[in-house]
Amino acid sequence: MLDQTQTALDGISVSIRDLQLSFGAVNVLQDLNLDIAKGEFLVLLGASGCGKSTLLNCIAGLLEPTGGQIFIEGQNVTWAEPSERGIGMVFQSYALYPQMTVKGNLSFGLKNARVPKDEIERRVTRAAELLHLQPLLDRKPAALSGGQRQRVAIGRALVRDVDVFLFDEPLSNLDAKLRAELRVELKRLHQSLANTMIYVTHDQIEAMTLADRIAIMRGGVIQQLAQPLEIYNRPANLYVAGFIGAPPMNFIRGRIEGSEFVGPVRMPLTGYGWSEGPWTSGDTVFGIRPEHVKIGDDARHCACQTEVTIEVVEPMGADTLLWTRIGGDEFRIRLDGQTTIHEGQTLPIGFDIDCASLFDAQSEQRI
Amino acid sequence: MSVTDHARAPARRPRRLISNPMAKIAALPMIMTALVIFIGCSLWTVVHSFTKSKLLPSTQFVGFDQYERLWGTRRWLASVENIAIYGVVALVFSLVLGFVIAALMDQKVRAEGAFRTIILFPYSLSFIVTGLVWQWILNPDFGVQGIVRGWGWESFTFDPLHNPDTVLAAMLMAGLWQGTGLVAVILLAALRGVDEDIWKASRVDGVPAWKTYIFVVIPILRPAFMTATVLIATGIVKLYDLVVALTNGGPGIASEMPAKYVYDAMFNKQNLGQGFAASTMMLVSVLLILIPWAIFEFGGKKRG
Repeated sequence: MLDQTQTALDGISVSIRDLQLSFGAVNVLQDLNLDIAKGEFLVLLGASGCGKSTLLNCIAGLLEPTGGQIFIEGQNVTWAEPSERGIGMVFQSYALYPQMTVKGNLSFGLKNARVPKDEIERRVTRAAELLHLQPLLDRKPAALSGGQRQRVAIGRALVRDVDVFLFDEPLSNLDAKLRAELRVELKRLHQSLANTMIYVTHDQIEAMTLADRIAIMRGGVIQQLAQPLEIYNRPANLYVAGFIGAPPMNFIRGRIEGSEFVGPVRMPLTGYGWSEGPWTSGDTVFGIRPEHVKIGDDARHCACQTEVTIEVVEPMGADTLLWTRIGGDEFRIRLDGQTTIHEGQTLPIGFDIDCASLFDAQSEQRI
Repeated sequence: MSVTDHARAPARRPRRLISNPMAKIAALPMIMTALVIFIGCSLWTVVHSFTKSKLLPSTQFVGFDQYERLWGTRRWLASVENIAIYGVVALVFSLVLGFVIAALMDQKVRAEGAFRTIILFPYSLSFIVTGLVWQWILNPDFGVQGIVRGWGWESFTFDPLHNPDTVLAAMLMAGLWQGTGLVAVILLAALRGVDEDIWKASRVDGVPAWKTYIFVVIPILRPAFMTATVLIATGIVKLYDLVVALTNGGPGIASEMPAKYVYDAMFNKQNLGQGFAASTMMLVSVLLILIPWAIFEFGGKKRG
């Protein structure tokens, strides 16, 4: 039995089996299963309260699950102390020890674990090099900027020499520019270390850019677990489709009749990548991303065409957002670059079926 | 120095003689109070401690005579020794006990609000009440000793108030009972301010809770400890009512305190000069503690 588990876990760094967690009557996590490969960068993404941080805290051992099991590097660690799990963790508030220098912060845990002095020195030096912390080693956290503090916090996880790194919204407290810089730095760090990293965020740009795979969570359940572009191109349900992408996907309600989608617009469905056989009838939601809508001459070659009146134009420099309505629902169009289109203008738009997504109106699942 | 200042700030805001006049007018009563009562009266007391004042203040200076007499008085020496022992033990115990209680209450206990009220309750009593309550509790006839003897243990003896060796311990018991709650509540509030992620981080680092308390949390709580220490210390220096209510300085002079010496000299023995000299000594000892601390805390280089 043990051997079986062992082989099943080959190449898997973190494995979560039927994990459950409830606070009283509230189920925060429900029968959650997740396998994370060695060296993978997995992002847990979701709105606040979706259970993503709770899941991370369970993996870290900071919360005791109500049921299920957690394996890290082949060891069943469900009941192990956080320090015995071979994990390092980085927190949103940095959680540095404020009265210790940077060096003290990095070495406190190691000293406590009675790691030999020269070994501590070696690891602290290496972490400081990797994270450009050498000039800061004798400073206290209060004398550091937010970005520097977070690098120290990452360093504290790094010196533990562990297989798995856990990040709990590490960039949320930073301003936009620093966030972008540290994001790239994190990606480089992952490339050079090749550790398994589990990263919780509510920022879809962080998720898209950092992740090997994204797990989108809602109500303690993983909605979709896939590579970023797969999630972007083929969202598994209405929630994921609306969550990923900014501005979000446009939805048009209607029904399928034969080989056509019939709603405020008509759309032949030949060439659609069906997930579960072609539907020939039923209430359906048609989804198309704002950046996949074509206008003007390009629209004439599309399978589906209609005319809309522009209500709002939002120029953003690199691209332009047009707001309009189809069948009473908000409809957004995103154009590359700048445009002379103005409010009140009526123009032909069109879209192709291979960029579109269809969802069952009842179950909200992709069809 | 001034050259660089000029280089950095070429344009200076014009200085007005009185900026914000309303605020200054509003603060005037308090400024007067501080100048006249705190500083003025203290100086007056110090000056008159060098005089022959008896029933009424006089200005006949006698040099250090009052101090020589003061330090030759057995009762004053006993008072100083008592307050030194009481002060050190009360300070240490109320900080340690207060912190332990705060840490225990921080463990997400049920009905925490009720516990907090109970623990803070003694502080709301006056020292006179505390003294009387403990006098009854420690009374050999109807206190603890009487109750235990009533249960049938006839030889049980517990009478700390009437034994010169234990009377200070009894007074500490009463003092700690009253004062520890406040320390606990101050430290509990500060503990609540400690980022919960720091606890998580130390658990991931594998640091046991007691070590986290000592090396991480207590340093974070330093300002709260400072506040608590100042509050306790002022309470100790002016300790008077507890002594009066609990032992009235007895047995003999075993529980005399400096504040009581001052009061007795000035109002019972019509010897103002002695009282002034004794209270000047109290002021000096407070300053001896306060000034080095203030220099350490606020003066010197600005630490970044």
